[in-house]
Amino acid sequence: MTGATSTYRPAPNRKFDVGDSVTVQIGYPAGHCRVPYYIRGKSGEIERICGAFPDPETRAYGEDGLPERILYRVRFSQTHVWPTYAGPQYDTIELEIYEHWLNQAEERAEGSEKSNGK
Amino acid sequence: MVNNHVDDHQHPHQTAGQRDGVPSEYEIMSRAMQELLIDQGVMTADEVRATMEAFESDYPNRGAKVIARAWTDPAFKKFLLRDGKAAVASMGIDLETDQLVAVENTPEIHNVIVCTLCSCYPRHLLGQPPTWYKSDNYRKRVVVEPRPVLAEFGTQLSDDVTLRVHDSNADMRYVVIPMRPEGTQGWSEAQLEEIITRDAMVGVTLPTVLE
Repeated sequence: MTGATSTYRPAPNRKFDVGDSVTVQIGYPAGHCRVPYYIRGKSGEIERICGAFPDPETRAYGEDGLPERILYRVRFSQTHVWPTYAGPQYDTIELEIYEHWLNQAEERAEGSEKSNGK
Repeated sequence: MVNNHVDDHQHPHQTAGQRDGVPSEYEIMSRAMQELLIDQGVMTADEVRATMEAFESDYPNRGAKVIARAWTDPAFKKFLLRDGKAAVASMGIDLETDQLVAVENTPEIHNVIVCTLCSCYPRHLLGQPPTWYKSDNYRKRVVVEPRPVLAEFGTQLSDDVTLRVHDSNADMRYVVIPMRPEGTQGWSEAQLEEIITRDAMVGVTLPTVLE
């Protein structure tokens, strides 16, 4: 049964763990990149480690995408990402960000949520 | 076969399986690639047709089966939340290259999915995405003002519910596990599948029981 096999892709030697505060770098590299403009420069918290994947930024140009990059899901507070956000302060937006786009957050993100619910 | 002939119609190498009109640059690239792959014997035209058929007939039914199982089997739901791809594989559903993250709605948390960069979507689980999912309007607005957007789909969230928007911007694909509605106690998985809609699995609507 294929269900017995985990599909998690190990990510050894990673820089961040679940719960770490991180800031997305501000950069405008040319080419195929999966980091939307709206989240660059914003700070959030690692929600989970997705694993290691071939780098889409080089794979888009016919390369093998190696070495693999570690991919994280990062949880951001909506009121931090959008200063005019009209909903409750505990609403979140969550994205997948590759490690080479993340720095350790220098300070606690302004308006960053206190964990609500689970 | 690569031809350079010019003939009296404007749709070079268009086949019956493709949409009408002047193709975009990307459509031309994709058609050229398809021709080359068929020409080289890598795949056949019938395999292309059969895959298109599966996206429209078989795949859209898979998601509801997965959610109905999650509603009736707590161990399976845990598995699905921990490792989505492996959990659906245990039901015989192959997501091919897609990874899958399942997110669960609860009385305290509601989840909604978008891809702001393009139209990433769990196609092997839900079939092709609906037109609105690919629209600029949905993709731009649901990240900035998700509650008004959900209201436009008829979904009013209470202010004490945390709303989590998931931007499917890289390698993961997402499915929402909606809350099982009241009045479905004792229902079979097949009965439950009937009320688990595509839109509920994207998170823009809630499953309901018709009286």
